[in-house]
Amino acid sequence: MSRQMTGAQMVVRALRDQGVDTVFGYPGGAVLPIYDELFQQNKIRHILVRHEQGATHAAEGYARSTGKPGVVLVTSGPGATNAVTGMTDALMDSIPMVVLTGQVPTFMIGNDAFQEADTVGITRPCTKHNWLVKDTDKLAGTIHQAFHVATTGRPGPVLVDIPKDVQFATGQYQAPNQSQTGHYNPQVKGDIDLITLAVEGLEKAERPILYTGGGVVNSGPGASQLLRELVAETNFPITSTLMGLGCYPASGDNWLGMLGMHGTYEANWSMHDCDYMLCIGARFDDRITGRVDAFSPNSFKVHIDIDPSSINKNIRVDVPIIGDIGHVLEDMLKVWKARGRKTNSEAVAKWWEQIEKWREVKSLNYRNSEKTIKPQYALQRLEALTKNHDRYITTEVGQHQMWAAQFLGFEDPHRWMTSGGLGTMGYGLPASLGVQIAHPEALVINVAGEASWMMNMQEMSTAVQFKAPIKQFILNNERLGMVRQWQELLHGERYSSSWSEALPDFVKLAEAFGCKGILCKDPADLDDAIQEMLDYDGPVIFDCLVEKHENCFPMIPSGKAHNEMLLGDASTKDAIDSGGAVMV
Amino acid sequence: MNALALKKGSSRKSAYDLKNPQGDHQETHTITVLVDNEAGVLARVIGLFSGRGYNIDSLTVAEVDHAGHRSRITVVTTGTPAVIEQIKAQLERMVPVYAVHDLTVEGPSVERELALVKVAGTGEHRVEALRLADVFRANVVDTTLESFVFEITGAPEKIDTFIELMRPLGLVEAGRTGIAALSRGAHI
Ligand SMILES: Cc1ncc(C[n+]2csc(CCOP(=O)(O)OP(=O)(O)O)c2C)c(N)n1
Ligand SMILES: [Mg+2]
Repeated sequence: MSRQMTGAQMVVRALRDQGVDTVFGYPGGAVLPIYDELFQQNKIRHILVRHEQGATHAAEGYARSTGKPGVVLVTSGPGATNAVTGMTDALMDSIPMVVLTGQVPTFMIGNDAFQEADTVGITRPCTKHNWLVKDTDKLAGTIHQAFHVATTGRPGPVLVDIPKDVQFATGQYQAPNQSQTGHYNPQVKGDIDLITLAVEGLEKAERPILYTGGGVVNSGPGASQLLRELVAETNFPITSTLMGLGCYPASGDNWLGMLGMHGTYEANWSMHDCDYMLCIGARFDDRITGRVDAFSPNSFKVHIDIDPSSINKNIRVDVPIIGDIGHVLEDMLKVWKARGRKTNSEAVAKWWEQIEKWREVKSLNYRNSEKTIKPQYALQRLEALTKNHDRYITTEVGQHQMWAAQFLGFEDPHRWMTSGGLGTMGYGLPASLGVQIAHPEALVINVAGEASWMMNMQEMSTAVQFKAPIKQFILNNERLGMVRQWQELLHGERYSSSWSEALPDFVKLAEAFGCKGILCKDPADLDDAIQEMLDYDGPVIFDCLVEKHENCFPMIPSGKAHNEMLLGDASTKDAIDSGGAVMV
Repeated sequence: MNALALKKGSSRKSAYDLKNPQGDHQETHTITVLVDNEAGVLARVIGLFSGRGYNIDSLTVAEVDHAGHRSRITVVTTGTPAVIEQIKAQLERMVPVYAVHDLTVEGPSVERELALVKVAGTGEHRVEALRLADVFRANVVDTTLESFVFEITGAPEKIDTFIELMRPLGLVEAGRTGIAALSRGAHI
């Protein structure tokens, strides 16, 4: 049943037919007809951000925490260019997102009209696909196709550019089931011969490791369940990238912690020394591999990924399996059970003995202090006081992000939102807003650095307007900490522009925004202060003044191998023995 | 050492040694890409190559199925075997792409290119240019008393050779179309 309506009406109708309940956006001349339609309905909620970059990260937070695509609506020209960072971020981290942009009328395109930008040209490399719609009859179908592309295969951001005359003109509406989604339909089932080959390896493995990533989250809750079953059945150790935290519970016995540049000693050494590596939805990114020619030199590698271009890109693998994680794991378990549930349990037990020795290094240890708050300590207390809450964590980018990944435990997927691939400072605050909008009753905390936080701090105003009680937990070291760390370790301690000078008074800033501010600088006050934050029914800016010169360890300097990891001074057995100052 | 003596694809000792598995020598491949003939599709393909640092030696594009709205892009590219594999995987996952064929590995194929070659001269040189054009089965498509424009089609190497031969005889300029290529036989 198709109907005549205006392009602007089609946009709202298509969003509703796609099950959209929330749009993050900012109006302007080229999208006014669509805003007019939004005004005249109440099924779709519009969240007015304070900057279009905020809309994109909020949509990412919404998407990552729900598994549904995030939707963004912005105007032409500056509206579209401001959305570029968020789309690039979503592309790198495979987040499903649909961005609708207004465009100058078709008859003015190319004339350098007011607020004209070549939006599809600018966003071509930072979207999975994009469209400029010049015909109202094709608008609804294009939007439906956009949702299909954003959510099918490896998810990602898509953009539909809609000239203003197309929004005003009348055309035929097509419902999702009448629309052609085109020929884009990536393969989800893995090749059964290759799966069998992977299972053979699993049966023979003496030193196995499961290396998992964000693909498990994207595949849906079933994939995470199957992964847990695989671990329980085989007793194999498991690690994850930054993007995959929560797919296997941090409290699980087989959990080695995160791997990579700031991963644990046991995770990275297991990767280096294993003889069988099963990579599930991760992409051998350079933060994971370190020096590629020294990466896990003696292992038989199996890689499961829905994107064929991720396979053999950085690391050559022995068994490439192209398919959706959920489907492939299901088949893998079936094949393995049918073949008699075999593992080399004796060898694996020995492997665990070795892993225990690495664990004893306690690579996350740090020297605590009674005078200043150590950032790691702040996160440990945050973890202890929020563990039993219905909790979602977002982060900004820097040292605090890595410490959050190391010191907070995630029991389920979709609970951890961070900018991994692009490393976008300014991601965390708007992302926490998007998460809170999707989960109004949940506890949503953004673990932030003071520098990153200021990149999109205007979104506090949005949080206040929409009564989103997000907690901004700022580990304030008055430094661009991660930059400072690299300068200390790699640039002769020349701290070029890595100080956060002229910082605002965050408590007064909170008051100015109309929310609550809390300052804490004494470790003795920390628990009470965190509790105060949790008890407050509304947005909070928590200014946690932490040690200024703490470094994030362990660390594999870029270009080094896994077994060339740097440990902090507290991370040796001697230090542990040497006294009570050492925590963990 | 390694308990996993698996046959297929197993590299036994070092699963990944960047240099060895396929070699790091450069290869030239002719790849054809069947795409939706939608606005911007060529920019998408070119952007992929420039954005990821791949080489384009030659590129041609034209609509080949008007009713089906499909175009065929023929691209000749150079890279290590691993890079060539990446290029194909990256092309394959693009939304408007139907099919990617690597004619260099998929069996025998025919490649043709057309060039227009302008040569100016008088006397001996002019006669020699005309004689060589005849040998290469080039057609004369424009003539003045002191110049010719030749039209020549053939494999790219043949055109290279012809242009080189024209150089001492008064080559002025040459325009080439880039390669069109198809696999031999009845199949796609
Ligand atoms: C938009 C952007 N600009 C620059 C960088 C480079 N960068 C990475 S971490 C960092 C410092 C972050 O400082 P802060 O947010 O205070 O976190 P800290 O490392 O101190 O915990 C910088 C500048 C980046 N990741 N993103
Ligand atoms: Mg800082």
